[in-house]
Amino acid sequence: MQPVLSIAGLAKTYKSGHQALSGIDLTIDKGEIFALLGPNGAGKTTLISIVCGIVTPSGGTVTVAGHDHSRDFRAARSMIGLVPQELHTDAFEKVITTVSFSRGLFGKPRDPAYIEQLLRDLSLWDKRNAKIMELSGGMKRRVMIAKALSHEPEILFLDEPTAGVDVELRRDMWNMVRGLRERGVTIILTTHYIEEAEEMADRVGVISKGRLIVVEEKNALIKKLGRKTLTLNLAEPLATVPDELAQWNLALAGEGHELVYEFDSQAEATGVPSLLRRMSDLGIGFKDLNTTQSSLEDIFVGLVHEKREEERAA
Amino acid sequence: MISNLRGIRSIYGFEMARFGRTFWTSLMLPVITTTLYFVVFGSAIGSRMSSVSDVPYGAFIVPGLMMLTMFTESISNASFGIYMPKWTGTIYEMLSAPLSPLEMVIAYVGAAATKSVIIGTIIFATAHLFVDVEVAHPLFMVGFMLLMAVTFCLFGFIIGIWAQSFEQLQVIPLLVVYPLTFLGGAFYSLSMLPPAWQAVTLFNPVVYLISGFRWTFFGQGDVGIGVSMGAVAFFLTLCLCVIFWMFRTGYRLKN
Repeated sequence: MQPVLSIAGLAKTYKSGHQALSGIDLTIDKGEIFALLGPNGAGKTTLISIVCGIVTPSGGTVTVAGHDHSRDFRAARSMIGLVPQELHTDAFEKVITTVSFSRGLFGKPRDPAYIEQLLRDLSLWDKRNAKIMELSGGMKRRVMIAKALSHEPEILFLDEPTAGVDVELRRDMWNMVRGLRERGVTIILTTHYIEEAEEMADRVGVISKGRLIVVEEKNALIKKLGRKTLTLNLAEPLATVPDELAQWNLALAGEGHELVYEFDSQAEATGVPSLLRRMSDLGIGFKDLNTTQSSLEDIFVGLVHEKREEERAA
Repeated sequence: MISNLRGIRSIYGFEMARFGRTFWTSLMLPVITTTLYFVVFGSAIGSRMSSVSDVPYGAFIVPGLMMLTMFTESISNASFGIYMPKWTGTIYEMLSAPLSPLEMVIAYVGAAATKSVIIGTIIFATAHLFVDVEVAHPLFMVGFMLLMAVTFCLFGFIIGIWAQSFEQLQVIPLLVVYPLTFLGGAFYSLSMLPPAWQAVTLFNPVVYLISGFRWTFFGQGDVGIGVSMGAVAFFLTLCLCVIFWMFRTGYRLKN
């Protein structure tokens, strides 16, 4: 099957000399949900902007369903809808006017029935005659989504769709994404929340410093990344980790007040219950405990490091 | 080159709706300015002035007044039209749409030029309340108005893309175009100046444009109509080349 989007050797160096992307290769299949993960400044938005025609690449090619995105830009762009990260709206326009405007901009004939359904799906129908400046931030985000879907795109880009979004909108957005997927729309979203990728995506790509360091099936990646840390605040400080607890590879922190255990949250036996039982047998009391997922930042550092090791070995 | 007609119509309609929101201001402004100019230049000062080459002074200033207003309106409307989406960020949508640069220029410049022509016409009509103005070459006059509107809207479009702040947006129209137009014979004939200044004035490109427009009214101008036509063609081509270059390189649009 022909991929719906294929990117080869894509590079971008800004005038300032900042190299935002270097040699990105990526293929997206029709109908999949692809999550692009990466810390701020990794190049996610630049990548999306190039594919959508907003930024000119310094090198490489982008092909959308067989159409070269610069030579055959009309065919390529009319297939793509983009919801940018920032809320860029025309403050004085009415909701329905701005959404219809977007449809016309993409060269599609008027279709009031489709626009009505779209606005209803996004709970915007009641607000259709409101000026955009009168809307809340969440509502503006919905308008942006409606604009992006106004021309019935086959590929939808969502750039940080849930940054600063309330719970209700987040839920609606996921429902919408699922609905679109059922209609065969390909969705590419960027995020720096790993949970978001976990919930939605079929595949995940990790981008760091302008390089795509990992592209994997979601489940495989989660296994790889699913490390957690358990921190126990001890009732009495310890000088050393008791030998009886050696098998958990514990570390002491906070001048002996904290016991730190790193474990694989996806494993069948995480070792947490047995650790706690053993501690109570030994009479080591604790006041509080918390577990944290290793932050995405740590994961990236780990992945980048791994990548370098591989390169060195090769 | 042009195939997304719906896209063009959308932007054109959007821009015209923007003008529509300030319809009465846009309409009243030229009427009031024209009236003021006629009260001051036409009645107060003009009555003490002899006619200029057989044309009564009141009628003489009509083409200059129309050009002065149309230049400034064209530049400010067209530059604002493209600067606003850049400033609010909504430009992302135009850039991601299947719309060629030419289509974008046609839509934005077309809308701004439409408004300029409307304003020019209002001034022309208002002037008739004060003086009798006969137009020697009506077809040329309409053609010249359209060409001037398009040319200066293209110029405004360039400024709108170039500008990175509201201040920069104002600099060229206020500090360059307005003085050049004012000194370009909008309200006087070059023959009224001392010879040395006449020579200096000939370096002002606006002289040729106003002179050409005045020719369409009275059959005479400060310079020959051929020279004026050449100047218009040159300026139009120059603007088109700059815009072509801007889109080709993505200048201040795609970086």
